Amino acid sequence: MSEPAQLPLAARVARLYGEPMLEIPQDLYIPPDALEVILDAFEGPLDLLLYLIRRENLDILDIPMAPLTRQYLAYVEAMRSRNLDLAAEYLVMAAMLMAIKSRLLLPRPPAAEALEEDPRAELVRRLLEYERMKKAARQLDALPQLGRDVLAVSVWVERTIAERLPEVNAQDLAEAWRTLLHRARMLAHHRVSREELSVREHMSGVLRRLQERRVLEFGELFDPARGVAVLVVTLLAVLELARESLLEITQAESFAPIYVKLAHAESH
Amino acid sequence: MPNPIEAKRILEAALLASPEPVALADLKRLFDDQVGAETLKNLLAELRADWEGRAVELVSLASGWRFQTRPEFQPFAEKLQPDKPPRYSRAVMETLAIIAYRQPVTRGDIEDIRGVVVSTQIIQALENRGWIDVVGHRDTPGRPALYATTRTFLDDLGLRSLQELPPLEEIAKTLQLEPAPSPAVPAAANEPAAG
Repeated sequence: MSEPAQLPLAARVARLYGEPMLEIPQDLYIPPDALEVILDAFEGPLDLLLYLIRRENLDILDIPMAPLTRQYLAYVEAMRSRNLDLAAEYLVMAAMLMAIKSRLLLPRPPAAEALEEDPRAELVRRLLEYERMKKAARQLDALPQLGRDVLAVSVWVERTIAERLPEVNAQDLAEAWRTLLHRARMLAHHRVSREELSVREHMSGVLRRLQERRVLEFGELFDPARGVAVLVVTLLAVLELARESLLEITQAESFAPIYVKLAHAESH
Repeated sequence: MPNPIEAKRILEAALLASPEPVALADLKRLFDDQVGAETLKNLLAELRADWEGRAVELVSLASGWRFQTRPEFQPFAEKLQPDKPPRYSRAVMETLAIIAYRQPVTRGDIEDIRGVVVSTQIIQALENRGWIDVVGHRDTPGRPALYATTRTFLDDLGLRSLQELPPLEEIAKTLQLEPAPSPAVPAAANEPAAG
């Protein structure tokens, strides 16, 4: 850029920051609104240094410390003058740069010179490693990422959502029945009743009892005291009700109590 | 053992039904372990070839095989998704890169390389994603946690092992001028680079 173009620029800098800023090198004019963007753009002092080195196309293995330090400090100063929260790392790096610069300036005895490492070596090592990781991060970011660039494919699998009820097999019913019969025999009086043994009647009776109690244990449906004939009819009634889907018979597992309830009891 | 066509369809069904990668061992169980690993791999390769040219592809990952959409269709998938998945910040990605390439590392190691403090949120973001976890502690004062990347990290980035990570670039002695990170520094900024 030409010289005349830079002069008004410098004047504007001074006005904008509200303090004499003529010391700030012209190449560091930063529009105030952009300063926060700049701070965001750098991931720390190493990142800022790398940017400066790159911008000036400096040899990273033979860093000219004077201009680099000057530019770096100017950035840090600009950040500070804007009262931006400056991470302490930036100041640590500033101190380190100046330390390196001063060590380079100090005369060294010729004997020590061969042994002593270049004061910049550690900084260069760190810059190179950071640069490597920075590039690696960009490459990682470029890989197709699940959820961002690709989606896992999964087809809908029809799964029955009906509640799985325990299965009752005939054996269980027979067993329950036999127990009842046995109890009935124990209680049997040698008395012949002439009751009306209508299966249908008992069906209603069972349903009625289930209206009151919702769930009954299988054995509760039967009254052994009323004799084998009534038990038989009651059982027939229960089986008939089950056949007509008016009641449900369930058993959680083998030998567990068998429960009888009204079918569709939940629907009202 | 089913014939190869059938076997391939069985694999296809099992893989399509699973949103997670299915391990080879699990795929073997589909055939009651009657199919050898080599045959299985051949079948999977065939199946992958069968799906070539479709919007969905079969990929091999660290924990197994998965069907996934091809990246070029992501813009369309996103049209149906109101919120785009956010991108991770540079800080997160740099931290992840250091853990991936230099694992196991402590937070201090990461800070040494990046030159800035690594915030807890960054570590947490990566942990919550299931991409990193603590694999031990370094026997130094404070016993700092050692972080490493997980299988999920490999799966989610489409990798089978860490060896498939992009190779680290050797850095040129003189760095190429890149687009500036911010347009805020005008071109007028060129100062002669005096030593």
